[in-house]
Amino acid sequence: MYLTKNEKKMLDGEEGYAVKKSMEILVALGNIYGADRLVEIGSVQVAGVSYHNLGDAGLEFLNELAKDGKVKVLTTLNPAGMDLEDWRNLGIDPEFARKQNLVIEAFSKMGILISCTCTPYLIGNLPRYGEHIAWSESSAVTFANSVIGAKTNREGGPSALAAAFVGKTPCYGLHLDENRVPDTHVEVKADLSKFSDWGALGYCIGKTVQNKIPYITGIDVVSLDELKSFCASVVTFGSKPLFYMKDITPTSEKHQPPKEKITIEDNDIKKAYEAINDDTEDVDFVCIGCPHASIKEIAKIADLLKGRKIVAGTELWVATSRPMKQLADKRGYTEVIEKAGGKFACDTCMAVAPLKGRFRTVATTSAKGCYYSRHNLMMTKMGSLEECIEAGVTGKWR
Amino acid sequence: MEVKGRIISKGVAEGEALTTNMPISFYGGVDPETSEIIEKGHELQGKQIKGKILVFPNGKGSTVGSYTLYRLKKGGVAPAGIINSDCETVVAVGAIISEIPCVDEIDISKIETGDTVRIENGVVKIET
Repeated sequence: MYLTKNEKKMLDGEEGYAVKKSMEILVALGNIYGADRLVEIGSVQVAGVSYHNLGDAGLEFLNELAKDGKVKVLTTLNPAGMDLEDWRNLGIDPEFARKQNLVIEAFSKMGILISCTCTPYLIGNLPRYGEHIAWSESSAVTFANSVIGAKTNREGGPSALAAAFVGKTPCYGLHLDENRVPDTHVEVKADLSKFSDWGALGYCIGKTVQNKIPYITGIDVVSLDELKSFCASVVTFGSKPLFYMKDITPTSEKHQPPKEKITIEDNDIKKAYEAINDDTEDVDFVCIGCPHASIKEIAKIADLLKGRKIVAGTELWVATSRPMKQLADKRGYTEVIEKAGGKFACDTCMAVAPLKGRFRTVATTSAKGCYYSRHNLMMTKMGSLEECIEAGVTGKWR
Repeated sequence: MEVKGRIISKGVAEGEALTTNMPISFYGGVDPETSEIIEKGHELQGKQIKGKILVFPNGKGSTVGSYTLYRLKKGGVAPAGIINSDCETVVAVGAIISEIPCVDEIDISKIETGDTVRIENGVVKIET
């Protein structure tokens, strides 16, 4: 891989330990994946923030990097393992909170924004069309590549950090247009009237196309929140963080539907629900916001919860970013939701909080949320927001 | 025997080979305290990787696995060196941040458990 004079100096350690280590990582990855050079990036999203996933090893390495490492571009952070302000309200262990705060301190020292959300594009880290970025967090990577038309590989936590310290990333994979050509035509003939149907659709497409890039036709109308949910699901059950949706996502008009074709029908969506939903009625946990709830979703939750009460023995969490919560506070949504017994889980989410063993069954609108809840040994129920709120109020799935 | 590969993480290491044809997931698959492979059904399950030249096709699993290698190193129980057929992100990043010599593009079928192996940057010397 070609390196400029300046990049060679960084590799030789002229800018200190963090930059040197970062350059070693970027050069190794560039060589492995056949990059010919580094490319400048507009922003970074760093995953691997929850102490639950990092452990002491991760914390130790972050502290090492924080000694002299400062990010060179706009860098935002994925959700942490807890609400950074109100962690007690979510039943987080104080020792976990102490360790999580040390992780956050290290990131803060590096100059990273403590945004703690998987939806950086909703709170001020919005790349432009065609911009090279280095993001981790698969749902955000898929959103950035597909809905916005920015260019990023699916980075891991450490490689995203390395890119932030250098301000560049190796130019391979989805940074190159020749690797962004759709190779499977997916025709959607299914009814997608329920919000959670988009998670089910992501399940169907992800499982089927795996590492291929789908070109999706048959969708006339889709909201941003639905796209957000679809992005999270399609990359959780598949692996390629890029799709095209005809007349909806950028450059879809430049591509022809590929010859290889699959069709998604009502029966496929039904089967996805059957695979995701466990056979159980009792619900003791309702979690909305995977990916993090938008202000529109929060408004709808408040509307559905007005004058009602979450039943004893069941918890309802709204996982969102701090800025969304602040908007909700001002609009009165927070008061309505909390009065009904619901809790806000800012800065964190159901995928990365230490939830193992805390709940038996979760109800959620999110297919990705169900996938990670099973890792936390919960049974799962996926449905519309109305169905989830109903489960919170009655403790039963109907 | 001497074979040439590609340097992923530079350095010199020597030790006894521990070889598997199965990919290794460091996050969840290796105990970071003892260095024991704990993945159920793995052919190296129960074996400790401490001080070995660990020979396997490639890494797999969560990118947090890079930090597991770092923790093994800090705890003094890391492998002495790593040889892969096709190195991927998790192992590459882990080896670099932990300063464990690592080389790939090696035909790993030539190295058997118990062989004495020396990694000298991109060159691997095998004594059977």
